[in-house]
Amino acid sequence: MFTLTINGEKVTVPEGTSIMNAAKQLRIDIPHLCYLEGLEPEYHCRICGVEIEGEPRLAPSCVRAVSEGMKVHTNTARVRRARKMIVELLLVNHSADCPTCERNQTCELLKLAFELGVKKVRFEGEKPSYELDETSPAIIRDPNKCILCGRCVRVCHDVQTVSVIGFINRGLDIKVSTFMEKGLGNVECTNCGQCIQVCPVGAIKEKSAVDEVWAALANPKKHVVVQEAPAIRAALGEELGLPPGTLVAGKMHTALRRLGFDAVFDTNFSADLTIMEEANELVKRITEGSVLPQITSCCPGWIKFMEHFYPDLIPNVSTCKSPQQMFGSLAKTYYAQKAGIYPAKIVSVSVMPCTAKKFEAQRPEMTDSGFRDVDYVLTTRELARMIKEAGIDFAGLPDESASQLMGLYSGAGTIFGATGGVMEAALRTAYKLVTGKELERIDIEPVRGLDGIKTATVNVDSLEVKVAVAHGLGNARKILDEVRAGKSPYHFIEIMACPGGCVGGGGQPISFDLALRGIRGQVLYNEDRVLPYRRSHDNPSIKKVYQDYLKEPLGEKSHHLLHTKYTNRGRV
Amino acid sequence: MSTALWKTKVDEVTKQRGKARETLLPCLEAIQEVSGYIPQEAVSYLRENLDVPSVDIYGVITFYGMLTTKEQGKYVIRLCNSLPCYLNNSENMLEVIERELGIKAGETSPDKNFTLEVVPCLGLCDKAPAMMINDKIYENLTEESAKKIIAELKG
Ligand code: SF4
Ligand code: SF4
Ligand code: SF4
Ligand code: FES
Repeated sequence: MFTLTINGEKVTVPEGTSIMNAAKQLRIDIPHLCYLEGLEPEYHCRICGVEIEGEPRLAPSCVRAVSEGMKVHTNTARVRRARKMIVELLLVNHSADCPTCERNQTCELLKLAFELGVKKVRFEGEKPSYELDETSPAIIRDPNKCILCGRCVRVCHDVQTVSVIGFINRGLDIKVSTFMEKGLGNVECTNCGQCIQVCPVGAIKEKSAVDEVWAALANPKKHVVVQEAPAIRAALGEELGLPPGTLVAGKMHTALRRLGFDAVFDTNFSADLTIMEEANELVKRITEGSVLPQITSCCPGWIKFMEHFYPDLIPNVSTCKSPQQMFGSLAKTYYAQKAGIYPAKIVSVSVMPCTAKKFEAQRPEMTDSGFRDVDYVLTTRELARMIKEAGIDFAGLPDESASQLMGLYSGAGTIFGATGGVMEAALRTAYKLVTGKELERIDIEPVRGLDGIKTATVNVDSLEVKVAVAHGLGNARKILDEVRAGKSPYHFIEIMACPGGCVGGGGQPISFDLALRGIRGQVLYNEDRVLPYRRSHDNPSIKKVYQDYLKEPLGEKSHHLLHTKYTNRGRV
Repeated sequence: MSTALWKTKVDEVTKQRGKARETLLPCLEAIQEVSGYIPQEAVSYLRENLDVPSVDIYGVITFYGMLTTKEQGKYVIRLCNSLPCYLNNSENMLEVIERELGIKAGETSPDKNFTLEVVPCLGLCDKAPAMMINDKIYENLTEESAKKIIAELKG
């Protein structure tokens, strides 16, 4: 332990603590831009400079470790002057079109400029005029707004181990780009959107579908249906004035009706459907002795990662489509039939916590209904913007349910949004399939929580089913390398690309705070506990869709509409 | 034919120095030397062998003026435009050379004899404006000397 003084106050912290973190203990918040909790500090921006007595230069407090007896000052005239100067210099080369910028309400640079009292930018310089990277169907990069903090590079390399973006060129020409400047759409990018979550400014954003959805809603010839992923209800409130941790399922359904959607359903329904198919697939693989472990397939970020980096594991990956795509193919078949609507009239919209779902929806094979199964994907942030644009007082809305046919859901469906949720939901149903009995201890605690890799053994009659859960692609790699080496002890593995699972998806309200993601996950576990049905196979709307339409899990119709194939995409 | 050559070179370098990230630059230099540029296949080969992401390799290539991913002419002219050279009229030199060769900076002549590049500091600030043609240094350039150098190379 070291004792030091910061602004005259003593604080004792473990060796190796940064000055910035020591200051936090004294409730001093040192401004930072390139530093972000959860990423290794790399001190690019220097805005966190502090004075250390006896040292001629300001020290970057995000990375500088404390030492015994150190005397630090975080609020001297010199420190304040330096910070202001740095913000001004950043603004000189920044294409600061704040009023129309995506991140207007959440921009860290704008906030700092305001908080640090920057009144005027005293310098003039050239504004960059780079081309935008619009090669990806999910994510747009605008290098003109980039302040070169390197957070996106670190999250892509260190957390996701995808490593498709990096600094290129030198001097004034430095920018963040891809190999040969091919663009995100032409490299191994998984579209996970974690780079969006860490970017302090508006340099990375989703490719928006808001205009297209407004147009569909305004078109009287179209019948617009909407589904919302589990994780939306755990985070949408954050964008609309409610505290983190608020469940907004009811308000969300109401808001969607008020926006003019003709049928408001729920992805949680098709999450239940995914479980029916996936649990049956697992039991089949185990009893028939075919390829194990089975790996979940509901995360399109993970799927694209696998198609680039682990195509040899394609036989291990469940053939089940994601809940979004299962819903999509049923919307234009099952629902179209039931409602007597010609499928070409239907516009199928989804609201996802996820940027990768935008990519998934436009995969060429996702047309099993005979039409584009999902037409437009909105992120949580995009839906929040539409709600604001429509002038809906979200916090004051009454609660409504989604329409029953494809909107009733179980607790198993809702926990899909948290890491471990798909595993838990699948085990609840697989247990029933194998034993004919219901799993008594329905809460499978070992697969919950925020550990990067979680494992458990569940006794299903005489069989010990071994399972593993990984979230964040860096964690996934560890488990996948075992599978590749033939050393994996597991029967079933769940993988989610985003740390925390979909509650931490690239389309969620901006944050890279794992604890907040945990709070969002807890919202879903709480909802699970109070729902009338907690197992997918108990959901009456699921029973009905099999009775009336699909017949049986893994049956012919299911096979055609609910299952898919993968592509070896190779490396770039 | 040069493909086989760069592979052999890379294998030589990694044999000597090991397959660590630190070996990247020597490998790139070797490829540049034998092929005149860094082909994409070579980047893939390095990614596999050194376990460095392609974007990082590209980052190193674009950092160093001596490395390039573009196929180049027989003579590669690298004209410095960092501050000292700029203040000593490197812009004018650029115009002269562009006119003499009939190509713009960043281009290669149709007969594949010349590639013209504007690069950051060559470390010849005391003899600005300066340029390099392949391995040879030319300093204190004037309009006349630049014209003469080009004419000689054109033969
Ligand atoms: S979306 Fe994910 S994989 Fe793609 S660049 Fe961003 S962090 Fe990397
Ligand atoms: S794109 Fe955003 S996160 Fe990436 S370096 Fe630029 S400012 Fe930082
Ligand atoms: S974890 Fe969820 S939000 Fe993230 S990429 Fe996968 S499906 Fe999308
Ligand atoms: S926050 Fe410390 S250098 Fe950027």
